[in-house]
Amino acid sequence: MIYRQAGFLTADYRTERRWVPHAVDRWALTAFLAFAALAVPVIGNDYLFGAILLPFLALSLAAIGLNILTGYAGQLSLGTTAFMAVGAYAAYNLNLRIPGLPLLASIVLAGIIAALFGILFGLPSLRLKGFYLAVSTLAAQFFVEWALNKIGWFSNNNSSGVITAPPMAILGIAVDSPARKYLLSLGIVAVLTLVAIRLTRSQTGRNWIAIRDREVAAASLGVPVFRVKLVAFAISSFYCGIAGVLWAFTYLGTVEPDGFNLSRSFEVLFIIILGGLGSIRGCFLGAAVMVVFPLLLSRFANAFFATALDPGIQEDIENILFGSLIVLFLVKQPLGLVRLWDQFKRRLETWPLSE
Amino acid sequence: MKPHIVKSLAVAWLLAATMLTGAGAARADEQYFPLQSYRVGPYAADGSGFFGGFIDYMNLINIRDGGVNGVKLTWNECETEYEVERGVECYERQKTQGKPGPAAWNPLSVGIAYAMIDKITQDKVPLITIDHGRTDSTDGAVFTYVYPLVLNPYSETSAIINYIASRAGGFDKLKGTKLVVVYHGSPYGRETIPIYNLLARRFGFSVTQIEVPHPGNEQEAQWLEVRRIKPAWVVLRGWGVMTPVAIKTAKKTGFPVDHIIGNIWSNSEEDVTPAGTAGKGYLAITTHPAGTDFPVLQAVIKTVYGAGKGNVADQKRIGSVIYNLGIVNGILNVEAVRIAQEKYGHKALTGEQVNWGFDHLVLDDKRIAALGAAGLVEPIHVSCSDHEGGGSIKIQQWDGSKWVIKTDWIAADRKALWPIIEKSANEYAKENHITPRDCSKASS
Repeated sequence: MIYRQAGFLTADYRTERRWVPHAVDRWALTAFLAFAALAVPVIGNDYLFGAILLPFLALSLAAIGLNILTGYAGQLSLGTTAFMAVGAYAAYNLNLRIPGLPLLASIVLAGIIAALFGILFGLPSLRLKGFYLAVSTLAAQFFVEWALNKIGWFSNNNSSGVITAPPMAILGIAVDSPARKYLLSLGIVAVLTLVAIRLTRSQTGRNWIAIRDREVAAASLGVPVFRVKLVAFAISSFYCGIAGVLWAFTYLGTVEPDGFNLSRSFEVLFIIILGGLGSIRGCFLGAAVMVVFPLLLSRFANAFFATALDPGIQEDIENILFGSLIVLFLVKQPLGLVRLWDQFKRRLETWPLSE
Repeated sequence: MKPHIVKSLAVAWLLAATMLTGAGAARADEQYFPLQSYRVGPYAADGSGFFGGFIDYMNLINIRDGGVNGVKLTWNECETEYEVERGVECYERQKTQGKPGPAAWNPLSVGIAYAMIDKITQDKVPLITIDHGRTDSTDGAVFTYVYPLVLNPYSETSAIINYIASRAGGFDKLKGTKLVVVYHGSPYGRETIPIYNLLARRFGFSVTQIEVPHPGNEQEAQWLEVRRIKPAWVVLRGWGVMTPVAIKTAKKTGFPVDHIIGNIWSNSEEDVTPAGTAGKGYLAITTHPAGTDFPVLQAVIKTVYGAGKGNVADQKRIGSVIYNLGIVNGILNVEAVRIAQEKYGHKALTGEQVNWGFDHLVLDDKRIAALGAAGLVEPIHVSCSDHEGGGSIKIQQWDGSKWVIKTDWIAADRKALWPIIEKSANEYAKENHITPRDCSKASS
């Protein structure tokens, strides 16, 4: 009743291909973005920005990157954080070595460098499929970590290999407080998300899906398989690269090569599996669960068991609980959170008229 | 979706919202110490020992003295598992707690410390990295709020080389000597790579530095490489589970353990006991001896554990090197508060006021003896420009059941290190648009 999709008819392709087809959805999205951009910076505190929203936004963007490659184009990758690392270190070096380069330009350039790197490591995808491809993307993961550790130039010869984010400013406005960093992240993520939605519905996106669903059939229909795969790698790496910049610059403010290790690649993979493969919304839902849920568990345990349990044992129990809840959820809902969301929407359509 | 699911989702949401915004409690006239501890993961033995000692000492001050001049100490723990991301979350969670805010941060992790430097500088709250940390933060003119107290990584390196030279019979004898550094693959482990290379060039010895990836459960390849090089000495810059595995693997591959020198984080009972008999003869440096003979440790055992408030579950660990470092860290933090109180009054202080205390943290032999820590704590002299304040080590050897101190204090060549530290600090200042404060004008 409240939310209805009935009466939505399209008369031409332009309307059908709109970014957000339904008027209600459009309103809801606009209202949500306005809330996130105008209200949240006022009502939020440093904890909300620094510990929840900034990692959430960076991980969501990385998940979109991986989802483009894995969820849409069907190419399994375990090198997500390698591309994040390339982006972060590239942005650091661009800011350090090219004085006067605007921040946003350096972020875009860092994304492009990550994209080139992605194309390089996407080359094996012509011959390798499935798990074999995943193994070859592991090479990217190990190579990047090794190179960043061994070649001091990348970290400006910092003895620990740690890079520190430079002071940031856009058009003379310093991006120094957590709220401003949040706004910067939000802006970048919002724009890139809309581009991603658009992309997945364009011919490129359809080509990706065609290759994912059946490569031979796609090739026989005239989809240039190799080029489409490389484009997927490039765009995916571009997104991951920028996610890496956000991770290093807005969230942590500093990063070491080991901060971009294999377990974070897996974390991003879990996000898209949990959220829903081949869905942009799923990336946000998955990232939200991955970021917020462990914090809630730890808060809950601290509030109720702080004095009763040894802190070490309490932490172990939290980890076990988090793992089992994810397993339980995926058993109950293998299609991910986005499926749950769709069911919820369908229910809203009939509520409260029928059960 | 059924209605009861919607309802339970709404309840969960409310619960979540209240829990994420809820703040911790600390009453007035309590000095709050946020503890970003770790009791889980590959470094749990170190974390629980260090924070156990720290907490026990704060308990001692509360129970025996009723606090620092009547100001009770309070703290809570936030688990980091030694991960930077979790450390940052803990920082954001804890920084708004306590009144008037945190006194000082002690994350015991180089990675987390690096991530916090910007933030604590804005908050004006001191960050203590005892015996570790970012070396150039020794320059207090640039790093106003960061303290690599007692021994920074470069001093550690220099003192170890000085010891090796004394064993060889002088610095001229170092020429042609082969040295291998086996280090932990983390910011902490890599911190000393350039200084070893520099000292190798200066004294004419050759150095090979081999990384052990975190956490270091498997080191066969690294020690076979050591055997191939046949060095005179191996310096082990281990951490957590890496150290006992290194000692065992060294033994297995036939490298004599009495020619391995463990650094300041490979020097505790927790590091050698798991290696069993392989650890007998193993050398390590320390800034503070093991043992429970010191009056302050006796007081902890009697007062804190007597009252059933001890933090370490296995009481055999009291007096281990890492536990005693927790005690030393407790002493330095508490004394900094005490010194600051003399200037700002006997009340709960802000982080910036406590920072003044650290900036003027001077403990001579007399004061250390009065604290019951003679022989446990080296005299320390922190100043505006020198945030290390110490820089000496002793060499100890594991005899199979306990540590035996082998040497007197061996000082680092701090004069030679200073230009390198200053240069690096000034580069940091330039990169981050910091104007170093003028230490000649600092208030005394």
